[in-house]
Amino acid sequence: MEVHLQFLTKKKILISFALLAFLIFCFVTLNKALNENKIYSPIFKNEQVIYLPDLNLPKLFSSDEILLGEVAKYKEFSLVNIWASWCVPCRDENDFLKSLENISSLQTIGINYKDKKKNSIKFLNDYGNPFKYNLVDYDGTASIKLGAYGVPETFLINKNRKILLKIIGPINNDHIKRIREITND
Amino acid sequence: MTISDFGYLSLLFGLISSFIVFFFSVLNIKKDLFNLEKKIYKFLTLQFFFVIISFFILLYSFLISDFSNETVYSNSHTTKPIFYKISGLWGNHEGSLLLWLLVLTSFILFFFFSSKNEPKNFRHYTVIFHQIIVIGFFIFVLKTSNPFDILFPIPSEGLGLNPILQDPALAIHPPILYVGYVGTSIIFASALAAMVTGYVNNLWAKNLKKWVLISWTFLTGGILLGSIWAYYELGWGGFWFWDPVENISLMPWLSLTALLHCISTLEKRDLLKNWSIILSIVTFMLSVTGTFLVRSGILNSVHTFANDPSRGIYILIFLFVIIFISLVIFFIFESKNIENKKEIFFLSKETSVLINNWFMIYFLSVVLIGTIYPIFLDVITSEKISVGPPFYNKLLIPFLVPFFLFMSVGPSMNWIKTNITYKRSYVFYFLFTTGATIITVYFLSQKNLLIIILIFSLVLLSIKTSANFLKKNTNHGQNLSHLGFAMLMLSILFNSVSSTEIIKNIKVGDSFISKNEKITFKKVKTEEKKNYSSVIGVFEIKNDNDRIIKLNPEIRVYNQPVIATSEAAIKTTLFKDRFMTINLIKDEQLFNVRYQNKPFMIWIWISTMIIIIGGTFAIFNKKKNFN
Repeated sequence: MEVHLQFLTKKKILISFALLAFLIFCFVTLNKALNENKIYSPIFKNEQVIYLPDLNLPKLFSSDEILLGEVAKYKEFSLVNIWASWCVPCRDENDFLKSLENISSLQTIGINYKDKKKNSIKFLNDYGNPFKYNLVDYDGTASIKLGAYGVPETFLINKNRKILLKIIGPINNDHIKRIREITND
Repeated sequence: MTISDFGYLSLLFGLISSFIVFFFSVLNIKKDLFNLEKKIYKFLTLQFFFVIISFFILLYSFLISDFSNETVYSNSHTTKPIFYKISGLWGNHEGSLLLWLLVLTSFILFFFFSSKNEPKNFRHYTVIFHQIIVIGFFIFVLKTSNPFDILFPIPSEGLGLNPILQDPALAIHPPILYVGYVGTSIIFASALAAMVTGYVNNLWAKNLKKWVLISWTFLTGGILLGSIWAYYELGWGGFWFWDPVENISLMPWLSLTALLHCISTLEKRDLLKNWSIILSIVTFMLSVTGTFLVRSGILNSVHTFANDPSRGIYILIFLFVIIFISLVIFFIFESKNIENKKEIFFLSKETSVLINNWFMIYFLSVVLIGTIYPIFLDVITSEKISVGPPFYNKLLIPFLVPFFLFMSVGPSMNWIKTNITYKRSYVFYFLFTTGATIITVYFLSQKNLLIIILIFSLVLLSIKTSANFLKKNTNHGQNLSHLGFAMLMLSILFNSVSSTEIIKNIKVGDSFISKNEKITFKKVKTEEKKNYSSVIGVFEIKNDNDRIIKLNPEIRVYNQPVIATSEAAIKTTLFKDRFMTINLIKDEQLFNVRYQNKPFMIWIWISTMIIIIGGTFAIFNKKKNFN
């Protein structure tokens, strides 16, 4: 093979280094993304405490926005439920959510996920509204920030938004028991 | 020894054959020993043979429901119809990689067989570079995704295939898509080899073009099948969601399309050498990136498959090693292929190819950024965003107008130089397009200026492309694909501007009105099938002319695994689809009914078929030229 070193022009060396740096950057980032746990679970490692991010969310029945952390302060415990009218398990879940109404230290916050306003209001009229506060996440970005990866998903948090319990999928009887245990009801 | 052990052993022998092929190819370049060529040929055949044996062993395990095999246990069930037992093989991570290996090894064998009249060193370098990929995938399968893992004690029943994957379109979607994806590996290896041996010329372009065409045609087919599946099975009434998994099949398609145009320039005019090489490399990189993104579980998407970080890290390292190798080779051997210093006249086919390439690269960048950006942003700032249709619509649609206009004149340009003289037909084109646009806009009752301009440019594109069929010495494959593309864009446009949707909760016996149609909910039937039981709603749609159309949407409850899916009822007519899904509401009396009118749905499939027919035509047309 006749390879001469002519190919090593200044310009090429510069481009090579830039490309190499860029590639290393991509590799490191992607590698980090791979190892990151995207779904945080309530079984915290090393007693790690995780807080639900604080977000401004629009209300369903009016046009103003409210801070999630603000709402959470109203009671000792809050149950944040992410739901949608097009989500079938959310319908089954509705009764369970209603059964929590009698816990005095608990309030329920519904976040309507990627939904049409008309449909979501119809859903609440048809099946009943189990939520004290109705908030909206029109494009799904808030739910991603909260760490949810689908509907339905539920967080039990305390006044300071500390996550006490996270439920992926519809709520069942066992979850209700756990919620009652945590809220000392 | 169980049969699964044989499958694993066979893969191991396949890997050994790959090393031997690699070794012999390197030797054959150094020394001029002709008899090694036959040996390489033998071991390439052997390598393919071993992979096919393990493929058939896995297939056999699926057919007899051998649950001692973990892959079969996790993805099959005794009550599954035989068709889905077969497709269950590649409906999972391990099996689909085995399919990938099968296509990979068969392609290099076919390449070696069909390239006998090309330079010896070029062929051997192609085999060397390709074997690096083959070996990488062999090790990947054997180390992290062995499809022949054994379970003990042997379970009596399997877990079953995810019911949304039990669909005829999706059953053949992976093989078709993989032929497209894997075809790009040959393009990649051949580009590097041509670079090293200084063979980047019009002869190389001519031979490579058929591989580009094959990959491009199959990739188009794979994307089409995926869309059809999403439309009929997912029950959302759409066919493209800008989902990351869809995007990663679109990205290699875009760069392949650019390469397809670029390689013709290299073939005819001996221009754009480096650019062709870069596109060849980029296309394969995008295919592997796609594999990485889907298989690593790095994306949160509707159809994410595996969630094993060790697999992700393996592909990531593999991807970057390949990128690194190709960069090094590109920088060392770039000077070996001296670019012709020919002037490009601005009114020429060369210019239009360049314009096409610029657009393709722009579209590609938008899709790439939309797919990758959320991952990077999450890692660097821990901010989580979701990139959806609005992003793509905003960035892509405005650029479509000039793209369509250029596309309508580009193909009629001549190589080297085009002389524009006034012709009466130009006035005719303009008047005809304007007329057709006015009629269309009137029927759609559209007032949006952008949509009107889009319709105008698309009508012009369709007319100009159709007119190309009448010319002498015209490339019918290209004309067909271009016409198909114009029709596809028109159908998508009409479909998106005039779809309607109604959502109602109704009881049996109720009816509701949608535009000029009356929809009546007649009754509910229940049925028991082999692997599921279903609730079927019987609906009647009566329009103004008292024509009655029946729709039977279904809710299926599969037995293994127990999952309820909603099967849309779709009535397709030439001009619109009626699309209906039902869902149960808790008190069982009411049903949630979603009824959609989707105009020109079938034309989206038909026009994509025309694009594919055009590609197929071009593949066979080229072959005729060789003889």
